[in-house]
Amino acid sequence: MQNHPVYTDNDPQNELSTLNLGPTHPATHGVFQNVLQLDGERIVSGVSTIGYIHRAFEKIAEHRPFYQITPLTDRLNYCSSPINNMGWHMTVEKLLGIETPKRVDYLRVIVMELARISDHIICNGVLGVDTGAFTGFLYMMEHREAIYEIYEEVCGSRLTTNIGRIGGFERNFNAIAFGKLRKFLKDFPVTLKEFESLFNRNRIFVDRTKDVAAVTAEEALSYSWTGPLLRAAGVDYDVRAMNPYSSYEEFDFEVPVGTNGDVYNRFLVRNEEMWQSLRIIEQALVKLEKEPADIFHADVPEFYLPPKEEVYNNMEALIYHFKIVMGEVPTPTTEVYHSVEGANGELGFYLVNDGGRSPYRLHFRRPSFINYQMYAPMSRGMLLSDAIINMSSLNVIAGELDA
Amino acid sequence: MGKFSNEELLKKISDQFSDQVSVIGEPFGLLTLETGREQIIDVLAFLKNDPTLQFIFLTDITAIHYPEQEKQIGVIYHLHSLVNNVRVRIKVFLADGDVHIPTATTLWNGANWMERETYDFFGVLFDGHPDLRRILNVDDMTAFPMRKEFPLEDPNRVDKKDYFFGR
Repeated sequence: MQNHPVYTDNDPQNELSTLNLGPTHPATHGVFQNVLQLDGERIVSGVSTIGYIHRAFEKIAEHRPFYQITPLTDRLNYCSSPINNMGWHMTVEKLLGIETPKRVDYLRVIVMELARISDHIICNGVLGVDTGAFTGFLYMMEHREAIYEIYEEVCGSRLTTNIGRIGGFERNFNAIAFGKLRKFLKDFPVTLKEFESLFNRNRIFVDRTKDVAAVTAEEALSYSWTGPLLRAAGVDYDVRAMNPYSSYEEFDFEVPVGTNGDVYNRFLVRNEEMWQSLRIIEQALVKLEKEPADIFHADVPEFYLPPKEEVYNNMEALIYHFKIVMGEVPTPTTEVYHSVEGANGELGFYLVNDGGRSPYRLHFRRPSFINYQMYAPMSRGMLLSDAIINMSSLNVIAGELDA
Repeated sequence: MGKFSNEELLKKISDQFSDQVSVIGEPFGLLTLETGREQIIDVLAFLKNDPTLQFIFLTDITAIHYPEQEKQIGVIYHLHSLVNNVRVRIKVFLADGDVHIPTATTLWNGANWMERETYDFFGVLFDGHPDLRRILNVDDMTAFPMRKEFPLEDPNRVDKKDYFFGR
């Protein structure tokens, strides 16, 4: 972080102007307000205000059974909602002691990596737009659409997917979904390569991003940064590698690490992560072939919400459905912390259960919330145009910021 | 798995703080400790700075409300030793009406917003915090919404009364 003289009120040189960057500014990607004091084009100080879409998810979660919390988690990071879903269901499975079959784990890995790719597509695409390059964004958006079509095939919806269930998925992946997935795996690397060649050595892009908003590893750790931001600063911390969940320990992938912690490094780390995600999906598809194709959930009828057609035609399924939805099934009294590697960093769920219908307390450790708090301090001394690019490289999602 | 077990971690802590730190349990392998607010910063600083433990990463600060207990408000810290890959959870319980606890921003800058969020939701007063204001709710709010006595619905609302729905 650079230091810049802070003028006092009586200073004859004090000719600062105040700029309200946000709450609804086209460059802020959501509803964030930053009141900036500007000396010419240089930021002298800034104050961030958040909470414009605060929806009290933690409070609502205290009044709902486990399944009805799924749609809340969807709306945390809506650019990669399956990761939130899976993270939440894995937390509940850990609490209830449910072991998932291997095929479920691999399918989850596929869906989570697709979500990571779609999140990074938006972040890196928009970073290009903010530096004035619209083409890359358009190239990449086509493939986000392809990912959404895969979700659509698996669960029927696209953005807020509601894809997970305790123990697995609501329905099995059909042949069309796998066909679309294979087509995506064939098409996307071509575009990603093109995207990289469009930016990585582009004079304008490199000049606008290199050494901008550089953060050291110590600063990043002190601010509890996680995800691509921390890795760009040179710290090799990835929840998938360090505390593997959902069979990640069986996969062969690298954790890309940057050197400088600047915007350019964050861009490169995210790009490299997309390559690694593709690699993981390829491996998962190979592993899936060895598993029985009809298993898509664990055999836990007392917790797995039965599919709708069974509820209509099978008395037992109806009873279980009723008991689960009403929260009649006993659950252990304990507390659990589980974290997954979200697209922005460590997404943690701290769940305190008292055996009642709903969690006694549920806390989301939201990476965007924790990453964003450094934005105002680190903007000090920066040019306004650099601060804009810095914000898009932080990849703050308003839903995850506010919760 | 980490480079040292929970027993070794516990032994190091109890050597340093003897009876000031007590063990609550070990749910799902995560060692959970309880301490008082007089010791909490010392405990956190010890965990962070000890050359073998190295809990350099503050994962999360949050709170919980137990209205039936004498000490109602629990403040919960999650720490992570990135070097050794061990996590630990520390709880401090505070009596209602005396919800002061020293701030952890002296150790981690990242504690700033986490503590503001905890203050906003539970009214925990972090002494020495540089900027203790509400963060997610509006500034002129008087209640602390995550406390159990705060209802989910606004009790003054009339459009959700049962008789409108034939109940």
